[in-house]
This record gives sequence, structure tokens and C-alpha cells, in this order.
Amino acid sequence: MPRIGVFVCQCGNNIESTVDTQKVADELKEMPGVAYTCSYKFMCSSPGQEMFKNAIKDNDLDGVIVSACSPHMHEKTFRKASEAAGLNPYKCEVANIREQCSWVHHDETKKVGTVKSLDLTRMMLERLKRNKPLKATSIPVTKKALVIGGGISGIQAALDIADGGVEVVLVEREPSIGGNMARLSETFPTMDCSQCILTPKMVEADLHENIKILTYAEVEKVDGYIGNFTITINKKAKYVDESTCTGCGECWEKCPFKADSEFELGLNKRKVIYTPFPQSVPNIPVIDAPKCPKIQKDKCGLCAKVCGPGSIDFTQKDEIVTEHVGAIIVATGFELMPNEHFGEYGYGKIKDVVSGLQFERLASSSGPTGGKIERPSDGKTPESIVFIQCAGSRDEAKGVSYCSKICCMYTAKHTMLYKHKVHEGKSYVFYMDIRAGGKRYEEFVRKAIEDDGAMYLRGRVSRVYEKNGKIMVQGVDTLSNGQQVEIEADMVVLATALISRKGADSFAQKLGIGYDKDKFYSEYHPKLKPVETVTAGIYLSGTCVGPMDIPESVSMGSAAASKALGLFSSDKMAREPITADVNKTTCNACWDCVTACPYTAIAKTEVKDREGNIVQMLAEVNVGLCQGCGVCVAACRSKSIDLAGYTDEQVYAAINAF
Amino acid sequence: MKITLSKDKIESEGIALIERISGEDLKQCYQCGNCSGGCPVSLEMEITPSQMIRQLQLGNIEGVEEANTMWLCLGCQQCYSRCPKSVSAAKILEALRQLHLRKGEDHAEIAEMDMPLLKRGPQQAMVSAFRKFVS
Repeated sequence: MPRIGVFVCQCGNNIESTVDTQKVADELKEMPGVAYTCSYKFMCSSPGQEMFKNAIKDNDLDGVIVSACSPHMHEKTFRKASEAAGLNPYKCEVANIREQCSWVHHDETKKVGTVKSLDLTRMMLERLKRNKPLKATSIPVTKKALVIGGGISGIQAALDIADGGVEVVLVEREPSIGGNMARLSETFPTMDCSQCILTPKMVEADLHENIKILTYAEVEKVDGYIGNFTITINKKAKYVDESTCTGCGECWEKCPFKADSEFELGLNKRKVIYTPFPQSVPNIPVIDAPKCPKIQKDKCGLCAKVCGPGSIDFTQKDEIVTEHVGAIIVATGFELMPNEHFGEYGYGKIKDVVSGLQFERLASSSGPTGGKIERPSDGKTPESIVFIQCAGSRDEAKGVSYCSKICCMYTAKHTMLYKHKVHEGKSYVFYMDIRAGGKRYEEFVRKAIEDDGAMYLRGRVSRVYEKNGKIMVQGVDTLSNGQQVEIEADMVVLATALISRKGADSFAQKLGIGYDKDKFYSEYHPKLKPVETVTAGIYLSGTCVGPMDIPESVSMGSAAASKALGLFSSDKMAREPITADVNKTTCNACWDCVTACPYTAIAKTEVKDREGNIVQMLAEVNVGLCQGCGVCVAACRSKSIDLAGYTDEQVYAAINAF
Repeated sequence: MKITLSKDKIESEGIALIERISGEDLKQCYQCGNCSGGCPVSLEMEITPSQMIRQLQLGNIEGVEEANTMWLCLGCQQCYSRCPKSVSAAKILEALRQLHLRKGEDHAEIAEMDMPLLKRGPQQAMVSAFRKFVS
């Protein structure tokens, strides 16, 4: 016969006002298997817990029920106390008689509440009789992190983890780290130059002894689970030996072939052997193989001839690298909605209609014009520029229902940069709302309007067309009763929508993390677990989650790093033993559970005989990945899966006791 | 009505003059509409005080000139007391009136006012009207 103790909490008056806790305790005392009961004012208080522990020891209890608040509140507290009293923590259960009983009943005679509390506790009693003592499992943790994406957010995450003494592999797709921030001219609201604040961080990451940077590389495959991931990375051929290249620049100076620069967003050319920008980290060029005549047709090879250390290697092939890491930080960033989507704004037809990011390059001192604001078509200094906000954003017809968040601020910044560089210039901004939520952001926008004379017009642009070498912009100013306005401009800048990267969805599937309808990655909880994902050990950082500005991306990088460092703080990680378990004798390998599992925790395994012949296929649960959600239990047709701590036997016993 | 925006109009001498007479910076206004909401006579105005400022921000002085707004303004400064940016629409409207009065374009002719009105009307109102409507 089990010896179970029942502790009924009064919770001050929270429970006691509608439940006769003493009666609950007295009636349960008569139930078979119950050795001890009591009613107590505050079970969660220190004296309450002391009493709880002593009662377990004095009465030699082998199971306990605390009838109190929701297990969300204090299950952990009482399981810990049980363990301290020498009882297996999973032999302690909490019956919820507050949220699910006393708080929803207002019967002051306590009749209803008492009966329901008795029912709830009795159900728990029958369940508890079938509880098995479970043991928390622990899995080893590889103390190394992978950061995917070398933008500002990824760099910050990598630096923070590395400073915490843990090795980091930073994988970047482009030839240099830096991301989109490297393209910016100045940053709002302080107007400090983007390169000046970013490049020191890039160099710091490059020189850090704990950081290994793999550029021109992409993550191909992710296997394993928290603490034990195996990453397959494809290092694309650079055709340059990284160990000997000094970054002298002789090769790209002599290279006779040019191509559109991706970094300059088509505003300028680069050589076929190139680094994306002068401050590239690492400062090692790559050869654009499809455009290189030497690689394609075995003609030229000038770069190899001028290279002092002989670092050019035309025979280099893509290389597959495998890394073992304990945590992954995803910081893959964003891209802009292609401007081709904006026919009504003349994009594609009119050369002087550019995107916000292209304008950043025009304003940047390292950009194609050396920081002079010039029209792309004829190099003339524009006398007036029209900025169109919400180009694509908040436009469900174009498939973007959300606000891109940063455009209001960067457009205000653009008007300032333009005014500071072209004193006689006049800027016009068409906006729908000005969203300047942030420290010193509203003041920044007002400064653009009041000090730098940007003309803000609330309304959208309906038409952009060319007339006599000018760009005619026709729109509306809803602030003056929907008056139509027309502007003769020299340039139009579109604040195009910030969207998720192409292929973000298939990459999320590779990682086993969630994404929303816009293919931005989903947090575990949007407020309380903003950097975690549904897959333990994979954290999120930066604009792959949604539109955000630099301060937010940086804080999120640090937040993700702190989560990873928390994981790395011990050699082994304890895991809840509430995991699914497959009955090997009845599993018929239909793989419904494999399809159903949201955590890819169930694998197909082979059972072999002595000769090595496959005799059976079985589903097997990886306890490292299993989160104990129970979906597989429901999906299993042959009832071969049970969830430890929530077995069918326990659940049915509780239901039958009602 | 369609208007064409240009730097010449938005930053014209006329606008600069209005700003100089009134002492107000038109760019300060962010069109919250509090002035129009509180104005005791805005219901009778062809364009409300905030709309008047908006038109001036766009450089459209003619649009403001045509409206009865400046002649209906009492100068009670309700607009100013409510403005979160401390812009006085009343001062701007006074500047607009001044542009007329300084040229001798009166809005009222005392000699043509009928006697019963002059006798019945409160003295204060009469003084105020002469001061506002007559150069």
C-alpha cells in the first residue's frame, strides 16, 4: 500500500474563502493509500515548506500531493522540497484548486468549491499512485558556438560569446563580414558614420583568438540537438589561398575585367577578382568564377602573374567543412523588396529612382560618388529629391502587411544628409505615418523638418513620370483635405520594404525552427523568450526575426550570446525526463510519429540480426531533442508511444477517479 | 485643386514675411489639429487654423488669402494655449491681416456701419474690430 501525503493549501483566503480545506484534508485521509493529510495557510512559505519536508520524513511518505495553485506557479518549488526530503521529485504532484476551482467559484457556503477540490485531489491521487520515479537525464555539451551571418548582430553575438571564453565559428555568405550595416553612410539618430563604428568590431572579431571566421561559406546541413550539433558548411572556392594572401590589392588593380558590384547595389562596377569594399574583413579577394575568363576559357590569368606570394589558385574547389558545436545563433539578416515591384514609381524605367539602400551608397564617402549626392543618370547634383516612404511596406496588395520600422528614421536621416551636402536642395517626403518610437527618434525627425527644412507630406504617391529631364511626382497631401500635389524632382528615393532573405524558409526547415507568413523566424515566445526558438540550442538574433534597427539588432545579438553562454556554463545539461518512449515490441514503423514530431526528435532506426540483416524498423526518440509535447503519443496508431510522467495509465486512472 | 510644390514657393519671400511679422516658425507645426479643435469660431471658418498653417507650409498663400479665416479669428489665443509646439495660429492670422492693412486694404468701413449696430455692440468689440479690420 502506498503512503501518500496530501497537503491542502489555504493560500491565505484565496482558496479558503470558497473551499473548506480542512474538510478536503479530512475526507482524503479516509482514502486508501493516504497516510497523512493537513490543511495549511501558505504551503509555499518557508515554514510551509519546512513542515512539508518534515511531514514527508516523519510519516515515511512515498508520494505527495499539494492541492494549491497552478503547477505553473509552484510545482518546481515543491518538487525541489520533495527532493530535499529524500523523495523522487516526480512523485510529487500539484492539484490545481485555486485557478481551476476557488477563483472561479463564488459560493460562500464553500459547498461547490469543496466538492470540486475533493474531485481534483482524488483524481491526482489515483494518478500519483501510478507515477514512476523518474530521473533527470543529462546530456554532454560541446562548448563551441556557431553564428550564422556576419552582420552587426552576428558579429556582436560572436564577440560576446568569444569574450565569455567560448570558441565561435562565424559563417558568412559574402566575401566579407559586415552585412548591410557596412553599406550605410551615417546612422540615426546620432549621425555617426556607420563604417567608423562597425569596422572596429569587424577587426576585433577577426583578431579574436576564440573566433574563427568562415567567409564565402554557407551552412549546408544541421544535424544533432542542443549541446551536440554537427554542422556541414560549404566553403565556396575563392581561388585565393587565404593562408598566403597578404591583401596587397595588386590582383584587383590589374584585373582587366569588370562586373556590377553587389555591394554597391549596381551603382558601380567592381573587378572580377575583388573584395566587396575597402575595409573588408578578411581583406582577401575572391574570384567571381562565372565571369573570370581564366576559369571559364583559360584566357588571361593576369592576377596570378602579378600576385607576389603566388596565392592565386585557379584549381581550387568548394570545400566541405564539418564543425561540432553546442549552440547555434541564427543572424541571417534581411534584404530589400526588389525595386522592380514598383512600376507606379517608375522603377526600371527612370534611372534616377533609387532605393533607400542605394541612396546610402550615394551619400557614403566610400561610395561610388565619394559621398557627393549625384543623380545616377547624368551625375548632376539634384536640386530636389522626393522620398517615398512605405514603398511596399504596409501594402497587402504587394504581400507585405507589416511596417518595416526603420524607414521613417532613415528617410529623415536621408533628408538631413542631403541638406548637409547640398545646402540649396529641397527634400519632400511622402509618408503615411511617422513611426519614430525610440530614444531621441521623434526629436530626430522633428529636427529634419524644423532645422533642415524637409517638407513632409502625409499621403501617397500615385504616379511618377519623366518630363523635360525632370521627374514629375504626383501625389496627395491628406493634411490639406486631400489636395493633389505635384513636384518637379530630380531624384526619387524609395524606402522599400524590408523583407526576409530569399530562401529563409528552406533554411529554417534545415534548422528545424519556425517561421511566420512573411518568412521571418519565430521566437519561442514573442515577449518572454524573444531569442529562443522551438528547437532547444538554436537562438535568433537580428533582422531575420523581423524589421529592427541597429541598436535592437546589437542587443539581440548580446541576448542570444548570453543564452548560449548560459548553456555553456556547465559540461552537462540536465534535461527534464518527461520524454516520449517507444514500445519496441508493438511499434509497426508507420512513421506517423516521425511526421508529427515538431522537433524532429524521432528517428527511423534499424534493428539488425547477428549477420547484419535488417530485421525490423523502429521509431526511436532522441531524448536530447524531445520536448515532451506528446504529439507523437496522439499520432501513434498502435499506441506504442507513452510519455514518461504522463502515461496513458496515469491519465486514464485520473479520469476514472472522477 | 492641384497645387505644384516647389522650393521657390515653400520658401518664398511672402512666407518669410509672414513668419517675420508673426514671429512664428511654420515648420514647427506638426498638424495635430489641437488649434482647430479648440477654436471657438473654427466652425464658421472656410479653412480651420491648422489647415491654414498647412497651406502656408505648402507655400500656398493665395489659398489662405481667399478664405475668411483671418477675418473671423478673435485673437483669443485659445489655439496658442493648446498648441503642444507653442505655435500661435492667432499670431499667424494677425500677420496675414497685417499684410492687407499695411497696404491700406481695410476689411471694414466704419462710416458704412449702421448706427443701430454701432450703438448696440459692446464697446470692447467695436475697438477690437476697428483695430483688426482697419488700417
